[in-house]
Amino acid sequence: MAETFVFEIVTPGRMMLSRPAEMVVIPGEAGNFGVLPGHSPMLSTLRPGTVEIREQNLKILEQIFVEQGFAEVTTERCTVLAEEAIAVRDITRDEAEARLSRAHDALMAADTPGIRRGAERELRAAEAMIEALDAYEKG
Amino acid sequence: MPSLKDLRNRIASVQSTQKITSAMKMVAASKLKRAQASAEEGRPYGERMERMLAQMVASMSSLQSAPKLLSGHGTDNSYLIVAVTGDRGLCGGFNSSIVRETRRRITALEGEGKQVKLLCVGRKGRDVLRRDHAGRIVDSMENVTRSGAQFAPARDIAKRLRNMFEAGEFDTCIVIYNTFKSAISQEVTVKQIIPFPVEQLAAGGKDRVAASEAEYELEPGEDQLLGSLLPANLSMQIFRALLESYASEQGARMTAMENATNNAADMIDKLRLKYNRTRQAAITTELIEIISGAEAL
Repeated sequence: MAETFVFEIVTPGRMMLSRPAEMVVIPGEAGNFGVLPGHSPMLSTLRPGTVEIREQNLKILEQIFVEQGFAEVTTERCTVLAEEAIAVRDITRDEAEARLSRAHDALMAADTPGIRRGAERELRAAEAMIEALDAYEKG
Repeated sequence: MPSLKDLRNRIASVQSTQKITSAMKMVAASKLKRAQASAEEGRPYGERMERMLAQMVASMSSLQSAPKLLSGHGTDNSYLIVAVTGDRGLCGGFNSSIVRETRRRITALEGEGKQVKLLCVGRKGRDVLRRDHAGRIVDSMENVTRSGAQFAPARDIAKRLRNMFEAGEFDTCIVIYNTFKSAISQEVTVKQIIPFPVEQLAAGGKDRVAASEAEYELEPGEDQLLGSLLPANLSMQIFRALLESYASEQGARMTAMENATNNAADMIDKLRLKYNRTRQAAITTELIEIISGAEAL
């Protein structure tokens, strides 16, 4: 059994996941980063994307799509706080595409810079969701 | 002296009221159960967010350069009070205690020469506060916790507050809501959320950081990280207030309806006694009439 650390995904509504993990890949704002046991402490914001829980040999165990979140890493644990989180296998293409087209419409209709920024963020999230789904279906 | 028919009607009407109140009690009890569970499930997020924030604040060089949500505008002239009430009544002192506290705060703050604005969450609070503070209410929201407390409305409220704060419409924001203690007691809580009170965080955070001797690497920079952590924390604070308030509302309603059901039962007993006495008195009178009639022959 390889060395593990405690990995948690927490959303406002519930503790979504809490398990030991050997390796986790997190979609940081500045790019994906991998977390292994004993990682140096860090705090990072996340971009919408997929959190992957992997085995030491890189085999993917679980994929979870998160948006609007933060990650806290210490030497013995890693916590992801996300306003929304959903297991990638539970995303349906229809929903993701509906969301994308809603985001496009919202962006078209946006008339103030504030609303526009919000719409752009939503669009990025929807695109990331579809990307996550594509990557998942490819395996 | 009410007639027998009047009494019968009266009993029937109290009985149907009792049926309603006991049904409302049941509904509130089951909602309360769910509300408590979701308050429980929402706790880890809040705890971890505060831990992260505490660690950031503790490792920060100075608070002067911090985002405004943390350091404030530097002035303290205008206040925004967010009063969290329910949309419905029939829940004992739940709404009125919030209204009372809000009024007290307004008077106190204006006595100090501050400017006060009000944001009402929940219809009941707005309806009452509108009577004497109509000019201060900037906005009110309804149906926020219609199907339980959700995160999305909390985020919307937080966004609204942030926009107002950035536009300089207020310097300090406090929320007034009921905290759930037990089904029979709620506690009115007043909490400052903008600027976020650092003192309490820093105290707890320093110990923890010292304990782990950890110097966190920050990504992207401190400013950006705080810039997104603080708004998220604001949403979380409001979400927590909504959760507490919703659980309190159900608890208060359950207790109030239980009392009402008991009162109705007492009333029915009394009315039934009165009904029986009246009926017997009527029979006795009739008998006396018959007997004295027979004797007269």
